[in-house]
Amino acid sequence: MEPPVSITETLMPVPDAAGVHTHAPASDRLKARFSRNLKERAIEGVLFLAAFSSVATTLGIVYILLSESWVFFQHVPLKDFLTDTQWTPLFDDAHFGIMVLLSGTLVSSLVALLVAIPLGTIIAIYLSEFAPFAVREIAKPVLELLAGVPTVIYGYFALLFVTPILQWFFPDLGGFSLLAAGLVMGVMIIPYVSSVSEDAMRAVPMAIREGSYAMGATRFQTAVRVVMPSAFSGIAAAYILGISRAVGETMVVAVAAGMQPNLTWNPAEPAATITAYIVQVALGDLPHGSIGYQTIFAAGLSLFVITLFFNILGHWLRRRYREVY
Amino acid sequence: MAAVLQENAVPASAVPAPAAPLAPKAEAKAFNFYYGAFHALKNINLPVYEKKVTAMIGPSGCGKSTFLRSFNRMHDLYPGNRYEGEIRMYPDNVNILAPDVDPIEVRMRVSMVFQKPNPFPKSIYENVAYGLRVRGVKDRQSLDEKVEAALRGAALWNEVKDRLNDLAFNLSGGQQQRMCIARALATDPEILLFDEPTSALDPIATGSIEELVHELKKQVTILIVTHNMQQAARVSDYTAYMYLGELIEFDVTNNIFLKPANKQTEDYITGRFG
Amino acid sequence: MSTPTPPTLDTHQAKLAAIRKLIASAKRWDLVFAGAGLLALSFGLLVLVALFADMLISGWMRINLDFFVSFPSRRAENAGILSAWVGSLMVMFVTALSAIPVGVAAGVYLEEYAAKNWITDIIEINITNLAGVPSIVYGLLALGLFVYQFGFGQSVLSAGLTLGLLILPIVIVATREAIRSIPQVIREGSYALGATKWQTTADHIVPYSMPGILTGCIIGLSRAIGETAPIITIGALTFIAFLPASPVSASAPFINFDWLMSGFTVMPIQMFNWTSRPEEAFQQNAAAAGVVLVVMTLSLNAIAIYIRYRLRKNIKW
Repeated sequence: MEPPVSITETLMPVPDAAGVHTHAPASDRLKARFSRNLKERAIEGVLFLAAFSSVATTLGIVYILLSESWVFFQHVPLKDFLTDTQWTPLFDDAHFGIMVLLSGTLVSSLVALLVAIPLGTIIAIYLSEFAPFAVREIAKPVLELLAGVPTVIYGYFALLFVTPILQWFFPDLGGFSLLAAGLVMGVMIIPYVSSVSEDAMRAVPMAIREGSYAMGATRFQTAVRVVMPSAFSGIAAAYILGISRAVGETMVVAVAAGMQPNLTWNPAEPAATITAYIVQVALGDLPHGSIGYQTIFAAGLSLFVITLFFNILGHWLRRRYREVY
Repeated sequence: MAAVLQENAVPASAVPAPAAPLAPKAEAKAFNFYYGAFHALKNINLPVYEKKVTAMIGPSGCGKSTFLRSFNRMHDLYPGNRYEGEIRMYPDNVNILAPDVDPIEVRMRVSMVFQKPNPFPKSIYENVAYGLRVRGVKDRQSLDEKVEAALRGAALWNEVKDRLNDLAFNLSGGQQQRMCIARALATDPEILLFDEPTSALDPIATGSIEELVHELKKQVTILIVTHNMQQAARVSDYTAYMYLGELIEFDVTNNIFLKPANKQTEDYITGRFG
Repeated sequence: MSTPTPPTLDTHQAKLAAIRKLIASAKRWDLVFAGAGLLALSFGLLVLVALFADMLISGWMRINLDFFVSFPSRRAENAGILSAWVGSLMVMFVTALSAIPVGVAAGVYLEEYAAKNWITDIIEINITNLAGVPSIVYGLLALGLFVYQFGFGQSVLSAGLTLGLLILPIVIVATREAIRSIPQVIREGSYALGATKWQTTADHIVPYSMPGILTGCIIGLSRAIGETAPIITIGALTFIAFLPASPVSASAPFINFDWLMSGFTVMPIQMFNWTSRPEEAFQQNAAAAGVVLVVMTLSLNAIAIYIRYRLRKNIKW
């Protein structure tokens, strides 16, 4: 750490080279000030570079995805990529229809959201409006743990715990299914939905709640009719961040949903998602620069664009509720 | 202002004696209030007369808002608060602080207007209709009628009748506060509490709210906390002066301002402290 | 509005009775909802318990000393996680060394130095978006950039830097929040003594926000240690029966950096590998590895929670 030297430099007699205390001449003081300013500017520059590294990361992501996909799209027309209904990049008769992977991503995400949004919302309302202080203090770290468990463990859980249970209810269900992966993914996303929604609801000023209670409203009426509409954009942001998480989640689907591309809207079937496909290719040993290698960047680009859209939407919504209060 | 009051002071005998006081609508009896260990209100006895305006004044921190918020049990929303003694409401002579009385029931009888306008993020119509909806009113026609009557009562109808579906946030501060008054009126409360209702408003909006308070006392009992002595003098029939959690003096407003019985009240009224 | 004639006590009582009935039915919803809330919460808790119990039951027999000091093997009963946990530690070391200095510096810049202009806006929006980018996309970045363009190969270095980028937003956000909670008077006090901006920052702001920063870094690392997808994407091998070269040696020059460029595997990849095998014996290994992994992340989380708790207790601005 820096010793604090500024006072001696400007105001007091400073020891010169011989160690004798004299009053520094004006030019020396100017010099000290100059070198100090220089140092301050240099430090600021270094700190700025650190902050800018995050922008560089984004630029790096965009550059890599675009440049590798560029080569890919010279082989595969964009129209085929978007409309083809087969995804068989490694066959002799290669097809590159992203819809196939997208269907798996959408179905598993939908199942996940059907779990995460209702449960996350109920938990958020409960913690923000109902729960006594002690319950909240215990529940929040537990929810954080739920979000902190490594995703590969959720994958294990989906494949070896949830799937057998589901098979007990639906004997026809195979060993891999979008359903099992989606359900577990949903539980995993609950904390993201609930914590952002709860933040939004807690940001609603007490004065508005008091207004409702003063009219004789119950807790439930206040929560549903006044607090939730007030926190609307924040809650919407939470849902959208949840969607973005579900779409980008990899390990659960890679382990439990199977990896074969399958254009389906049926959650009981196995299917590869965009993320699972990337994992599958990365596990194999595709030569650098081959078309198979480039497909994962095209798939990654699609994923990036989708999540970016949701992230920006969510960010914008969150900003809106911060502006209101 | 206080000085002017002093100069124009008429002899006490010339002050018209108040009409025989009505039976009180509510009455605090040996009322104490605690924020945790802090004894915020001490042994307060105060009648609130029916269809009169009772003002509570005193320097900030004297407990006047705390006292007001006891009348609709707002303190129940926060842990660690404790009431002692009674606030009785008539004609049914029930102690609204009793543990077996539901605070929601009290709040359905006693409405409140807050310091700062606190519209809900809903349309003007839905804001005013909120209390009715909470009370289970669903019939559109009766909602329409009551919303209109409340907005007329709050002298806001003519300004908003063409844009009832606009968001309430789009109204000016004074209009928002009158809308909050309409919201409180729509449910036909027995007592209306005002917690420094004009402290966030400009003088013109303040004037219109004060006029409204004057009108409203024809139909409802009003209890108002104000930081502004002139306002108390202008709008109220009775005034209570509070200091450090105690009720120092309570009387007809004219008496409080013209010939306070207590030295402390006089010092405050005349601006010697506070 | 008020009725023309004052209500009699009877009509008044009738009105009150109606109100009470209304409240009773409205309050029923309060109860129903409070029940639903508790149920939803306990469902989350139940899943956690089921998860741990299931892994513990199937993996229990495999958790012994041999498991920690053996390399993976084709025979499930001989297989262990030696290369995995050593690899995880090495990768975490690189991650911490890259993400923490850069992240803290970036947080300090944004809170203490940044002017309110479009560049700052871009950086801030960018950090928010980075936090939402799926981790596998970081893997693709690393595959294209670190592995091939920079020529780091499928090494500890590539993996550590990848996870470093991944947790950078977490470290930055935690640093900013910790700094933001320092009251302005502290800065003013330092400036009033003639300190420069950097002196104020280095002598006061950063030390006082250290517990918050530390918490954020640990949470970031606990996230990184469980990340699988980006490391698979850069092509980490799933079967590694050797350890990277030791960073310290008995002879000169005592320290070497060969391990940075070495091939490796990490805990979550080892677990993934075992999970995807059909034999039950390997799935037991997966469960055992999962238990170890969870204990690693949970203890990091517990440390973070403890620091935060201590911080809240000790410092009252």
